Amino acid sequence: MGVSGLAFGAAAVTSGLTVVQACVLSLAAYTGASQFALAGALAGGGSLLAGTAGAILLGGRNALYGLQLAGLLRARGALRPLAALGITDESTAFALAQGDAAAARAGFGATFASLYITWNLSTLAGALGAGRVGSPASFGLDVVGPAAFLGLLWPRLRSGRPERAVALLGAAVAVGATPVSPPGAPVIVAAFAALAGLMVPASRTGAP
Amino acid sequence: MPGAWRAVLATAVGCYALKLAGLTVPGWLLGNPRVRRLAELIPVALLAALIAVQVATAGRSVSVDIPRLAGLGAAVAALLLRAPFLAVIIAAAGTAAALRALGVT
Repeated sequence: MGVSGLAFGAAAVTSGLTVVQACVLSLAAYTGASQFALAGALAGGGSLLAGTAGAILLGGRNALYGLQLAGLLRARGALRPLAALGITDESTAFALAQGDAAAARAGFGATFASLYITWNLSTLAGALGAGRVGSPASFGLDVVGPAAFLGLLWPRLRSGRPERAVALLGAAVAVGATPVSPPGAPVIVAAFAALAGLMVPASRTGAP
Repeated sequence: MPGAWRAVLATAVGCYALKLAGLTVPGWLLGNPRVRRLAELIPVALLAALIAVQVATAGRSVSVDIPRLAGLGAAVAALLLRAPFLAVIIAAAGTAAALRALGVT
């Protein structure tokens, strides 16, 4: 997470965002994949609208996590907006892995607190350092985004054949659409590959 | 960069609102299995598309960045070895950095 935060801060500043803008994303969006997606779209010369749409679409999985967590966390009143901020791939996985609701709440809170601090401090460090280290590419920092995406994608690829088909189709559509559509648009178009996955039943049944 | 603030704020507000909506909306909204399945599959398509675009395109042309592709290969190897997330990231970045230091472009 610390390395990803450093890489995000560096990637954001290299893509043309300011240090403050990078930090606002980490503080308020607090969802690595969407943040990397926006920075990647800007770095690739993509339109702001397409980059934003891709980032928000990717954040849609957090809504699904929220639904899974709602019953466990039972966050009410002022706690709910705070708990919402803490929903990430990591905190959800950790909370859902606990045996009971009390342990899930504690695990969620601890993961949220430690990762939120790490993510934001490392974003700031990466953003401030980006201008000084010269080329982030010489440190391989431009690969951190794709590698993080792959890390998120991996368990989904292992969960079934439809997932693998959707991933292949999404990648093919995005690359195929690149020469013929405005920058940033191919990723959005690729989201429609998910519709193809609906035509085959999931390999795994039951609640996730 | 004009407009960058708008993109940053829209992304921040949009991503946060989705998290809050998940905690707030009643569960029956995702009771429809097809809607739930689509919500699971869209990130799969998007993540794969993002990887492909960042590794295999430059601007509006299709071209593979060799160090980036090799870095991703190292990430696959690390994932197959069930390495932790951090090790996957370091393997990917380290491989790309090493190849570039050797002059591979």
